[in-house]
Amino acid sequence: MSEWPLYEVFVRSKRGLNHVHVGSLHAADDETALRHARDLYTRRNEGVSIWVVRSEHITATSPDEKDPFFAPSGDKVYRHPTFYAIPDDVPHM
Amino acid sequence: MSAAGTDHLPPASPEGQHGNAYEALNEGDDPRWAYGTGFADPLAGVDTAVPEGVDAAELAAYCLMLGDDALIMSHRLQEWCARAPELEEEVALANIALDLLGQARLLLARAGAVDGSGRDEDTLAFQRDPGEFRNVRLAEVPNGDFAHTTARLLVFATWRLALLDRLAASRDPVLAAVAAKGVKEVAYHRDYAAGWVVRLGDGTAYSRERMAEGLAAVWPLVPELFTPHPAERRLARAGVAADPAAAREEFDATLAQVLTAATLPHPAAPRRDDAPGGGAPGLDGPSTPSPDLRKPSAPGPGSQEGALGRDGAHTPALDGLLAELQSVARAHPGARW
Repeated sequence: MSEWPLYEVFVRSKRGLNHVHVGSLHAADDETALRHARDLYTRRNEGVSIWVVRSEHITATSPDEKDPFFAPSGDKVYRHPTFYAIPDDVPHM
Repeated sequence: MSAAGTDHLPPASPEGQHGNAYEALNEGDDPRWAYGTGFADPLAGVDTAVPEGVDAAELAAYCLMLGDDALIMSHRLQEWCARAPELEEEVALANIALDLLGQARLLLARAGAVDGSGRDEDTLAFQRDPGEFRNVRLAEVPNGDFAHTTARLLVFATWRLALLDRLAASRDPVLAAVAAKGVKEVAYHRDYAAGWVVRLGDGTAYSRERMAEGLAAVWPLVPELFTPHPAERRLARAGVAADPAAAREEFDATLAQVLTAATLPHPAAPRRDDAPGGGAPGLDGPSTPSPDLRKPSAPGPGSQEGALGRDGAHTPALDGLLAELQSVARAHPGARW
């Protein structure tokens, strides 16, 4: 049996939050990937919405590019919104 | 379980106005704020008294029937753990098994509470002998291949969903609550099984052949599902139980729809190679002999002609299943873990 393709799974834990990458799985097609994601990643009441995407369709940065891609943003403190006070009743921050 | 989740909610603002955007997203009725919180008790606030005019012993027997169906079917699905063709399918089958185990727990607990014996769910699951089990035989026959399992699950889930749908309006509030929870679960089980029956039936010549064999193997066990036990009939008339005979039409329609999508012949129809030319002669040809459901293969003491699973008459397969299911609990009575 040839191996099923790999999918990446993103789950939204509740309305208003973002989908978050939770893991990967193998599935025969897009529809079964959703089923598998439901069975593997939302068993403990983790989600209200699921996205799946074939892993090969994701374009990712490579570790070789780490320095030019990410290092320059490490010393620019003025880009951070650290000069605002966050009210106590704002969750998820 | 702690109520930590609710402590993190912003206080409700006056006049029903939302204090901020995050509270608006909550809509005030969702205590879930993180992964794995916000579970609900399906029996919270449900009146557990036996409805007026209902025979408690009969209600308990009925709860045992539905509970044993779920318990035994769950065990057969659990047997796929570490044996399924793919890890993902194994978890899917285990999830379905766990759903059914949850239904079994509620129903067995209800049976023990109603019959006055004070037996809890564990006593009923682990301390009864095969002749005391009331499940249909479809649930107990041994596993075959994956196609056999999906065929059995499709038949079981389609039948059970039709029953639970009706039971959600039961006069017994506990049965109604268990059914309301079960409908959503079993609807997924049916969907899962139907998906595989279609995929394998409308797949390769080989997968199609094995799917047809799986359906043919479980089909002789179907008539029993729609043969009501006298207690089921009486309770159905009293508005407490779901009459399985009344669910046949829905069952047949669903199965026909799935089989059409799967491009499979109906398992009750004569096989195509038996009827060359597709004419009527095939209908008169020899058909596969189906086991006589009215003759239990392992008549226990006190069993009678025509007895079915609902009467405690089972196939020998249930002995082996229960030996495994009950071994630990019987070897260590009262043990906790």
